[in-house]
Amino acid sequence: MISSAMGIWNYCIVFILMMIGLFLVIGRKNFLKKIVGLTIFQTSVFLLYITFGKITGATPPILNEALDTVYSNPLPHVLILTAIVVGVATTALGLSLVLRINSEYGSIEEDDISAQDLVEYHDEIETSKEFNTKFIK
Amino acid sequence: MIDILINNLPILVVLCPLMMSLFVVLISNNFVSWLLTLFATLVTFILSILLFQEVQIHTSISYALGNWMPPLGIEYVIDKVSIIPIIIISSISLLSTIFSYKLMPFDIGESSISKVYSLWLLAIAGLIGLVTTGDAFNLFVFLEISSLASVALVAMGAKKDKQALVAAYNYLIIGAVGATLYVIGVGLLYSITGTLNMEDLSDRLKEIDNNRALIAGFGFMITGIMVKAAVFPLHIWLPRAYSYAPSAVSVLLAATATKASLYILARILFSIFDISNDLILNTLNYIILPLSILAMFAGTIMAIFEKDIKRLLAHSSIAQIGYITLAFSIGTKASVAAGFIHMFNHALIKGGLFMAITSIGYYLQKRITINNLSGLGKQMPVTFFCFILCSLSLAGLPLTAGFISKLYLIKATLSSEGIWIAFLILFSSALSLIYLWKMIEALWMREPSEKIVINENPFVYISLLIITFFNVYFGLDASLIVNSSIDAANILIGDTK
Repeated sequence: MISSAMGIWNYCIVFILMMIGLFLVIGRKNFLKKIVGLTIFQTSVFLLYITFGKITGATPPILNEALDTVYSNPLPHVLILTAIVVGVATTALGLSLVLRINSEYGSIEEDDISAQDLVEYHDEIETSKEFNTKFIK
Repeated sequence: MIDILINNLPILVVLCPLMMSLFVVLISNNFVSWLLTLFATLVTFILSILLFQEVQIHTSISYALGNWMPPLGIEYVIDKVSIIPIIIISSISLLSTIFSYKLMPFDIGESSISKVYSLWLLAIAGLIGLVTTGDAFNLFVFLEISSLASVALVAMGAKKDKQALVAAYNYLIIGAVGATLYVIGVGLLYSITGTLNMEDLSDRLKEIDNNRALIAGFGFMITGIMVKAAVFPLHIWLPRAYSYAPSAVSVLLAATATKASLYILARILFSIFDISNDLILNTLNYIILPLSILAMFAGTIMAIFEKDIKRLLAHSSIAQIGYITLAFSIGTKASVAAGFIHMFNHALIKGGLFMAITSIGYYLQKRITINNLSGLGKQMPVTFFCFILCSLSLAGLPLTAGFISKLYLIKATLSSEGIWIAFLILFSSALSLIYLWKMIEALWMREPSEKIVINENPFVYISLLIITFFNVYFGLDASLIVNSSIDAANILIGDTK
């Protein structure tokens, strides 16, 4: 009983982390907290891959003389290395967008921003406001 | 020499825009960077035409990356299915690059043009790579390359309107969640099969049935890709991202981005998994079919009540994606072929409509709303003429490309699903006439609110004319699209049905 529970221990942690991350992305109104949630969500996936790369009682995949050695699967680690790079790029882009949003709106709360947007959208549609034309020669 | 070129075509078509994007970012001159981008997209287009001819002879070209043999190494496969989205992406990117010459400086200012073109090429490379690769994990990498590049491109719209930032942020977060869901699915499938190569995966999955990890993996993959393809309830990011993006970016994304994801959806449903599998059959019948019908109506109705034209077109895209997924969900050879025909035609139609509308915005120098359009039809005859033809094509009137796709879709529905679905398709395309008429009425019949004289610029309308020409040409002689789509459907569905 206990040994079977230990066998899926990692998977339990993975899915708990995954749900925490997904909840943060969906439930939080703060743009920065959403990015934190996204990072947790992605990290849980890294852990998932690493978990099924591990074989109980196996050695790291470094070639040795003994014939009956069981090696762990190295491929998931390599895949996750790629996924980490992608995750870092996503986080960096997200954070830079949050910075820009903060400097334009003065807030990173979704409610504030959509309230401002709604007013602006209404003004634009009804009064056909002109574009900011500083870039046009 | 020619042999070497032919053998390396599958990788060259991805590498050409990818490498050029690294080069373009170093150029400081705006015109030179545009010229290099044009050159890269032109070469990509020529390469994809060569690939098209090659695929007609050999049916399938496989390229082992780094010479590691396929089930172990990464494989790039081009067959009669993947050539369709490759042609769509490369041709639309060529046309929208020509289109962007005047529009890009107008939208984002003169200062960062070369960096934007670098992102532009990166997005194109990502989309083509997405379609070319035969490796499920490599696909994720390309998915993220294309979506990160397009998020940055959408955010460039902030020079005009700060809402672009929020649109880009939502696109990033929702897109990243979608891609991560896809990775979870790939991971679960890898854990039960031990392979990432799509062909190998489908062989090994046939021997496993009723495995819970397989069902979960399938669910995660499909949901992730449906987010990227903006299938109905997962479409929230699309209208904002398309309407606040810079003009040329809207054209590129609207015509290509969702098409690549829809192709991946078809690949997962019919190629990695098998249509004869109960799991897939139930998903198609009870999830994708109802969602597509909802998409057709929800998209059209949202478009009818929308006043901002770019957003209106984006809502109509959601409805059109509904037609394509509907065609896939029926799951017969004829209907999948119809899905691919509509995928191609919709790229032409939406590309054309977005070009027409954003070039009106260029002359007006305003956000384009229904009220702003008043009386402009007489001021700019060429743009208006192209706009009308593309609208007719969207509604599916005879002698246009849109008619061909509706015809094949309805023929396929009638032969397998019965009259109700066909009726719903016809009804929703009739509804789409309402919003098209709203725009045409404003352009042609109303009096202009203020006197403005507009001189149309050939640089702006040349690609619009070309795309409109093809809208009409493929309405008169659709044999090229129809035949290649039927070939694609034959490969995907096989002899199982």
